[in-house]
Amino acid sequence: MQIVYTEEQEQLREVVSRFLQAKSTAVDVRRLMASSEGYDPAVWEQLCGEVGLAGTHIPEEYGGVGFGPVELGIVSEEMGRHLYCGPFFASSVMAGYALLNGATETHKTAILPGIASGDQIATLVLDNLNNPEKVGAALKANEKHVVSGVAPIVIDAHIADVLIVAASTAEGLGLYLVKADAAGLTITPQEALDPTRKLSRVSFNEVSAERIGGLTEALLNRTWDEICSVLAHEMIGGAQYLFESTLEYTKVRVQFGRPIGSFQALKHRCADLLMELEFAKAAIHHAAFCLAAGDGEPYVASMAKAMASDTYMEAARAGVQLRGGIGFTWEEDTHLWFKRAKSSEVFMGSAHMHRERMMTMIETTSSHDKGEQP
Amino acid sequence: MKLDEIREEVSNWLDANWSADRSLIAWRNILLEGGWAAPDWPEDCFGRGYDAEQTAVVSEVFAEKGAVGAAQVGPRRLAAETILVHGSDDQKKRYLPPILTGEHAWCQLFSEPGSGSDLAGASTKAELLDGQWMINGQKVWNTSAHHADFGILVARTDWDLPKHQGLSYFLINMRQPGVEARPLKQMNGHASFNEVFMTDAIVPAEDLMGGEGNGWAIATTTLSIERQGFARGRTPTVSRESKDGIIYQELAVELEIANEPYTWYPQREGRVDLVLPRAKETGAIKDPSVRQEIARLMCLSSGAKLAAASAVAQRKSGSNEVIPAGSIGKLGASVIARQAAHVHTMISGSEAMLSGPESAEEGMIAETLISVPAISIAGGTDEIQRNIISERVLGMPKEQRSDTGPFRDIKRNVT
Repeated sequence: MQIVYTEEQEQLREVVSRFLQAKSTAVDVRRLMASSEGYDPAVWEQLCGEVGLAGTHIPEEYGGVGFGPVELGIVSEEMGRHLYCGPFFASSVMAGYALLNGATETHKTAILPGIASGDQIATLVLDNLNNPEKVGAALKANEKHVVSGVAPIVIDAHIADVLIVAASTAEGLGLYLVKADAAGLTITPQEALDPTRKLSRVSFNEVSAERIGGLTEALLNRTWDEICSVLAHEMIGGAQYLFESTLEYTKVRVQFGRPIGSFQALKHRCADLLMELEFAKAAIHHAAFCLAAGDGEPYVASMAKAMASDTYMEAARAGVQLRGGIGFTWEEDTHLWFKRAKSSEVFMGSAHMHRERMMTMIETTSSHDKGEQP
Repeated sequence: MKLDEIREEVSNWLDANWSADRSLIAWRNILLEGGWAAPDWPEDCFGRGYDAEQTAVVSEVFAEKGAVGAAQVGPRRLAAETILVHGSDDQKKRYLPPILTGEHAWCQLFSEPGSGSDLAGASTKAELLDGQWMINGQKVWNTSAHHADFGILVARTDWDLPKHQGLSYFLINMRQPGVEARPLKQMNGHASFNEVFMTDAIVPAEDLMGGEGNGWAIATTTLSIERQGFARGRTPTVSRESKDGIIYQELAVELEIANEPYTWYPQREGRVDLVLPRAKETGAIKDPSVRQEIARLMCLSSGAKLAAASAVAQRKSGSNEVIPAGSIGKLGASVIARQAAHVHTMISGSEAMLSGPESAEEGMIAETLISVPAISIAGGTDEIQRNIISERVLGMPKEQRSDTGPFRDIKRNVT
């Protein structure tokens, strides 16, 4: 299994990083978070066209680049670092993975190329973002593929062309395609704690949908894992940016006649944070390496997300605290990352849920493998 | 030299020379003659100048044939590697062979009651009188000093210079009237270390190493060897239960003495390996709050292992991204050990009030709970590691010092 990135993977990071440095500055982020769309269609087009990112992990047969979880992780880490505002996560990552895992061959061939090219914006509608076990409780589909119910939080639904909907049926979780203009569908933008990621409430009042596949429990969990691995990369990218910018600040800010970074109280906090970051980063990259290889411990994605949740918030709290008063102002940029950290902390499961999920996986796998220790 | 050539050469040599019916010392002298005691050392210094990979091949062949290698356990390794770097030709010739054969055991005499983290604040006094050094002072935390024949000693030769400049590095004979080693009992009941009292102890002039006033630089070498650990390849010591032959019995005794101070070291690391089995056995694994804490421990422990593995791989691939694995790993080990102790306590509940062989895991849980506090102190406290990380890795500004100028004017502990 892979331990470090290859040269090609490092080059991909360089390309994405350069693009986002130019196109996703703090000024851009502030402009977009204040807009109702929340993204810049011209930048999205470049990102999909010139850089080809929307299809990073989508196989070539469906119009994608054909990379895997590792490259997708690299792309997302850079997006998290630069707080990229756009439908990449909703469309490529969430809807993309759900389709790859759950759609029939015919529907994959029909839907994925549009997502891979960025021409179509999709989002995945889950009625629960806390725990895969709870998905399907609120959204139901009958045998005529009529969907009813409410998904209280869906990312980027307000700009989506198509919605990929997971709704429960008598035979388990079905996957449905609903067009944004479908009759009976109501998309209501919600005020989001993190304004860089737009949220909507999506309600289905007897919406006629197209059945495109289904997700067994195993496939739902796999989709959840894959999404969590990508999300964790995005989060660790943001956490690293916060750490670096905060560290710089402690070196230049002077109080009591010396840089505040010379005080042990701050130095020790930074040292602890570096350790936490290094451990989380290693575990998160490991999750992608495992998913790519189809190998490794079953709980790597939950471990990655649990560590990402805790570490991003730790970096965000330090980012505000070590800056003091200025860190709490709107004018200073730290709060943009703080809010992304807080929102991501609970998105697709809190650290608490993921730790419990890890333990369940360990119990079910280690009963016949007693030598396995933490 | 190619690896298979090395394999063949060492294999032939062992076939011609190895016998388990010799005494340990006699065999190791043959080993030394043959140049196989320390193949990673330079050719002009008892070795063959092999790199890590070549040395590993030698170790493998020794293991295959059950042949005994050079003595390597305990602090003698620190002494040997430091002498190798800083010793005079005469010092290397006199001191290195008996270290490799196991005839001489060594100890480290650095820390003092008045200077722990602040090692350069040592105040053990060395005075040149009638062509030899007279040593007076007290050292502490000296592993195996009560068995040692010699010690590596840092002492102050000049009190008017700034503190780092007034230190010198000595090789001292421990078997003399002026040196007394007393065991130091720890809070967990073991006595792995000693206090060493030196009263008019004598070091011949030729056993000051690396020149007067260079003690700090040389001590830094020793400390960095210590941090690298004893993990590097060397002709291995075969496992205890192996085979008949006089040499194995002698080896078992040597190992037992040398390893005695370290029997509780796995416990100070928190015994992470016992957490899941204990949680299952006691049923604590059903408790949701215990589950959370076990998962936290696993995150830390996996994260630390993966970060270390990735640092090693990156160094190999020549990446220029520097990951400060050493200090971070050291700090991580403390956090992991504390979390493990926390989880063990939760799992045991009131049973954690008991200790001794009748208690959980034949006393290992109890020993863990009272040994873990050592890990965040030994080999540089967590606080010192955080200083190192923040200043040397993160480039944060240094603490303002109040220990510059002549050493005799610096405020220090009253002894």
